[in-house]
Amino acid sequence: MTEIEVVVNGQRHREAVEDRLLLTDFLRQRLGLTGTHVGCEHGVCGCCTVRLDGVAVRGCLLLAVQADGCEVQTVEGLAGSGPLTALQEAFRRHFALQCGFCTPGILMAAEDLLSRGTPTRDEIVDLLSGHLCRCTGYAPIVDAIEEAAAGALPPADEPRPEGT
Amino acid sequence: MKPVPFRYVVARSLEEALAALAEGGDDAKPLAGGQSLVPALNLRLLRPELLVDLNRAGLDGIVRENGSVRVGATTRQAELERSPHAHPLVREALPFVGHVVTRNRGTVGGSVAHADGAAELPLCLVALGGEVVAEGPDGRRTFPAEELFVTHYTTTLLPGELLVETVWPAPGGGERSAFEELALRGGDYALAMAAAVLRHDQGVIREARVAVGAVTDHPTALAEVEALLVGNAPSDELAHEAGALAATLVDPAGGIHATPAYLRHLTGVLVERAIRRAT
Amino acid sequence: MGTATARETRASWVGQSVPRLEDEALLRGRGRFMDDLDPVPGAAHAAIVRSQLPHARITVDASAALDAPGVVGVLTGEDVRALSRPFPAGIDSPVPFYAAAVDVARYAGEPVAVVVARTRYEAEDAAELVEVDYDPLDPVLDPVAASETDACVHDRSFHYGDVDEALARADLVVHETFRFPRFSCTPVECYGVVADWDEAAGSLTAWANFQGPFTLHGVAAAALGLRGSRFRLLTPPDSGGSFGIKSSIFTYVVLIGLAARKLGRPVRWIEDRVEHLLGSASSTQRVTTVEAGFAHDGELLALRYDAIEDVGAYVRAPEPATLYRMHGSLSGAYTVRNVAARNRVVLTNTLPSGLNRGFGGPQLYLPLERTMAIAARRMGLDPADVARRNLVPAEEMPYRTPSGALYDSGDYAACLQQALELSGYERRRAEAAAARADGRLLGVGIACVVEPSISNMGYITLTQTAIERAQALPKSGNAEGALVTIDPLGGVTVRLGTTPQGQGHRTVCAQVVADELGIEPGEVTVLSEMDTQTVPWTVSSGNYSSRFSGVAVGAVQRAAAQLRAKVDAVREHLEEPELSLRRVAGSVHWNPAGLPEGMEPGLSVVAYWSAPNLDPPDAEDRVASSAAHGFIADVCAVEVEPETGEVRVLDYVTVHDAGRLLHPALADGQVLGGFAHGAGAALFERHVVDEWGNPMTASFVDYVTPTAPDLPTPRIGHRSTPSPFTALGAKGIGEGNTMSVPAAIANAVADALGRDDVELPLTAPRVWELLQRPPEGGGR
Repeated sequence: MTEIEVVVNGQRHREAVEDRLLLTDFLRQRLGLTGTHVGCEHGVCGCCTVRLDGVAVRGCLLLAVQADGCEVQTVEGLAGSGPLTALQEAFRRHFALQCGFCTPGILMAAEDLLSRGTPTRDEIVDLLSGHLCRCTGYAPIVDAIEEAAAGALPPADEPRPEGT
Repeated sequence: MKPVPFRYVVARSLEEALAALAEGGDDAKPLAGGQSLVPALNLRLLRPELLVDLNRAGLDGIVRENGSVRVGATTRQAELERSPHAHPLVREALPFVGHVVTRNRGTVGGSVAHADGAAELPLCLVALGGEVVAEGPDGRRTFPAEELFVTHYTTTLLPGELLVETVWPAPGGGERSAFEELALRGGDYALAMAAAVLRHDQGVIREARVAVGAVTDHPTALAEVEALLVGNAPSDELAHEAGALAATLVDPAGGIHATPAYLRHLTGVLVERAIRRAT
Repeated sequence: MGTATARETRASWVGQSVPRLEDEALLRGRGRFMDDLDPVPGAAHAAIVRSQLPHARITVDASAALDAPGVVGVLTGEDVRALSRPFPAGIDSPVPFYAAAVDVARYAGEPVAVVVARTRYEAEDAAELVEVDYDPLDPVLDPVAASETDACVHDRSFHYGDVDEALARADLVVHETFRFPRFSCTPVECYGVVADWDEAAGSLTAWANFQGPFTLHGVAAAALGLRGSRFRLLTPPDSGGSFGIKSSIFTYVVLIGLAARKLGRPVRWIEDRVEHLLGSASSTQRVTTVEAGFAHDGELLALRYDAIEDVGAYVRAPEPATLYRMHGSLSGAYTVRNVAARNRVVLTNTLPSGLNRGFGGPQLYLPLERTMAIAARRMGLDPADVARRNLVPAEEMPYRTPSGALYDSGDYAACLQQALELSGYERRRAEAAAARADGRLLGVGIACVVEPSISNMGYITLTQTAIERAQALPKSGNAEGALVTIDPLGGVTVRLGTTPQGQGHRTVCAQVVADELGIEPGEVTVLSEMDTQTVPWTVSSGNYSSRFSGVAVGAVQRAAAQLRAKVDAVREHLEEPELSLRRVAGSVHWNPAGLPEGMEPGLSVVAYWSAPNLDPPDAEDRVASSAAHGFIADVCAVEVEPETGEVRVLDYVTVHDAGRLLHPALADGQVLGGFAHGAGAALFERHVVDEWGNPMTASFVDYVTPTAPDLPTPRIGHRSTPSPFTALGAKGIGEGNTMSVPAAIANAVADALGRDDVELPLTAPRVWELLQRPPEGGGR
């Protein structure tokens, strides 16, 4: 067991974890943040994607102990208790989700991409090569991210207004 | 799908990493980006007793010096992709390495040291004639990348030795390069890949490096193809001839997705395309 | 009826692409999927030990695992045999099918034992300590070879019209064999079960991301030896995709239920991806030999199928339904009256098949639509002309097919015409021909398919002869229930038994109820989590055969309409026609004494709806296998890269007539998703076992599903001919492209290559290999 301290969605947690515990299991089972999903545990499907110190990474390919001293953002941390982000709104407008299982991982990867500038459509498609969605055929997801990219999206790590 | 129990230590420096690996012996594994290692842990294909995390050992960074670019082992692939110092061949190949999100975490040194026969960065390093820097209990050594790769997941690194840096020659005058890959889908392991690095002078190919991967168990420079090219003016015919020759030089095993015949043929096609684009 | 005026002057919510009620929670990570639930305290975690060989006698020794840290206990095949019965299925099988292998393992990945521990990590540690001794047996892998042995467990033939006579007078007979590979729609969320056995009551409560059909609730209850009321099955509010696959979880519900029973504590099992690819379900693999007779003008005179259906290691209910789901549509979209079929079912030592999007459609339309294209090519006709010559004319609707389906409505020729125009068919054909003259490999393919929806619960009885059927309980129809309630403050709640996995059922139900009650969809709360003890349901409940928009909507609308009638009656009685719903509800709840004479108190209605046109099969083996029939015309243009074999889809047009679209954006979402699965099957996906039967595609690295850069986006067109047989005129739309796309892409590639012997999946290496061989069955 190793003691770790992790800031998740702005909240500090100190927990003792088994060294082999995956970050996904830590987030879901220890912290109750079940928005981060597990789809393959070998890095292909992308639904476990979270941001580690701002960078989108596969949650299933990180050990919880590796996050010691880091900041983690999960899908729950995007809008917090405030209104949906522009990206989330774009997903809703474009019907870019059906079952919604792959959605959190895609949102986290896309927020990271958008924080680095305005991606081209090809860059969005390329980003999505790392995410399996079996419901939508991807086109509405590309449309949603493209629309969010075109809008004036505030950097994801800036605080957002509380409430409505 | 969960890993077996193991102990985990964070190395805060190269010295700490080497000491931990020495203590762990054969049952210790260095952990860099983890994009290949952790799937293997989750699938229980690997069962180390000790994981030594290199991510905080200060082994990252990209430095340009004396006509080459030194890339620290734990430099993220994404960082190299964005770096102005990355060789054009590497910039062309990196988008084929996994996906955006795995490149965010995956490291350059990890990919090279993992020595997957289907990995892009090892192929580029060999094609460019790069070097690796390793450090172990007996000190630091620098040697050509071509001498690193033995077969799938097997290198000439000594027990307790860590790959700490890769050294990438900067593009020389008259040099043009190209990378070609075909996979069943974007981001997948390559069926076959080829890299060509040609130096042209006055309409003639003066130097040539042509290497292939995925169809071989380690990145393989094709000396006979290189010899065919050098001294000749580039042409479509020459590229075709070189591709045809390349196809005869590999002996891929084939798999569930492709037969050996296809992979040989594809090797020729990709080598030809790479040479054409590098002229 | 003052309120009715207000209601009728406003546009209906149904038919509008309103925002989905489901989305906000899902976008915030507040969805409630199976592994998010912790429904019962103290659940221990299971890991399943699976057979490593496709066929072997096994002996299991779990003693070392029992001593491992954290282990609660182990369930073995012996326990399963002692505590349960074999699963019943649609046909008798020589091998009993239990929830775990008993004595003999029949596919690699079959459960052998369940290890239960404090955590999944510890359960996996201990699972490695279970010693399984294998005595290998020869595996049966080739369905065609198996058809001549006792691995063939079903053989029935059907005759409609006179096929021999029609073939004899045909100008062209196409005689070809087609293979449809095993693929799986692989939802991104895997299976999950939490089981809680109550020893005192002798009952099992289980939570699982099961998708129905709830016929399988009965199958599981039978295996458990429980009456249905002692087997309470609940589903989570959200399910991460299914596409049919999660119907087959019922065997794992039994397995984990038995573990909970044996160990005396609740057990939780969350399937991992390797397990999913080894041990959940796939489509069937089908080898179909077609004999089709054509007149010189392209008229299809006769059609004979000889189908060998590989269902894997066991006949798992509802199999062999894949083979019979399309029975009424053996003649496809065409007027041919002479049709015959021989249906054989074989067992092989591979993963058992089950529901998978399209369910029988892809396996039928690949041979049928390939045959139409081959005939056109051999006769030098335009495939579109051959289709036109044979499509069921609009004026013959409703049209009874030779095998008994009643095609409800539609103008197939107009739909095809729309697709041809949208695609620029003539121009594309000319471009492709010109490009081929230049040595490039361009091709155009079409597919015309009837998309059945709302399956007749009786079609599976076609596995029996008419005489056998006459002695058994007749089966027919497809019914669903719904509960609509108005609380004392006027809040409206709907409960559903349709177990959605992303289709937006809650949104559409809210639209329907909003229309009936004159409120907004956002004011309606729809609970989609199933509970067999509290939700009104029927044996046909669940999410399959694209039945929601027809059947479930019918039940919801009926319940809401009855409530509305009651609300209006109260308003009339109170002489306040504009009284708000909230006030009406308050009045009904608080003042039953003030209700009209004879009115029942309460504001809650359970209603059921069943498709009106689904009779049991008749004595001549004709069956109305589905209630509604949409139509799809697809046009696909491809280019094949001869150097590498890569297939590039240049353009894909799909025009649907799915009746009335209740929510056009959701309908398009179903088209895009169905297309993605069809294109995956056509171009990428296949379960592969090696020559010894070892699965080679047990990870997402090896089982290749398309990602965003790999998938073209189809251009979608719609026509709308309402179904006379569904409540709102809607027809299913979620499966049609999974049926049509493999055929259309195969036709386009065959056209590009000028040969008939194309075989799915059309991956680059496989297409290149094809190009190295001389064509079988003729080339250009």
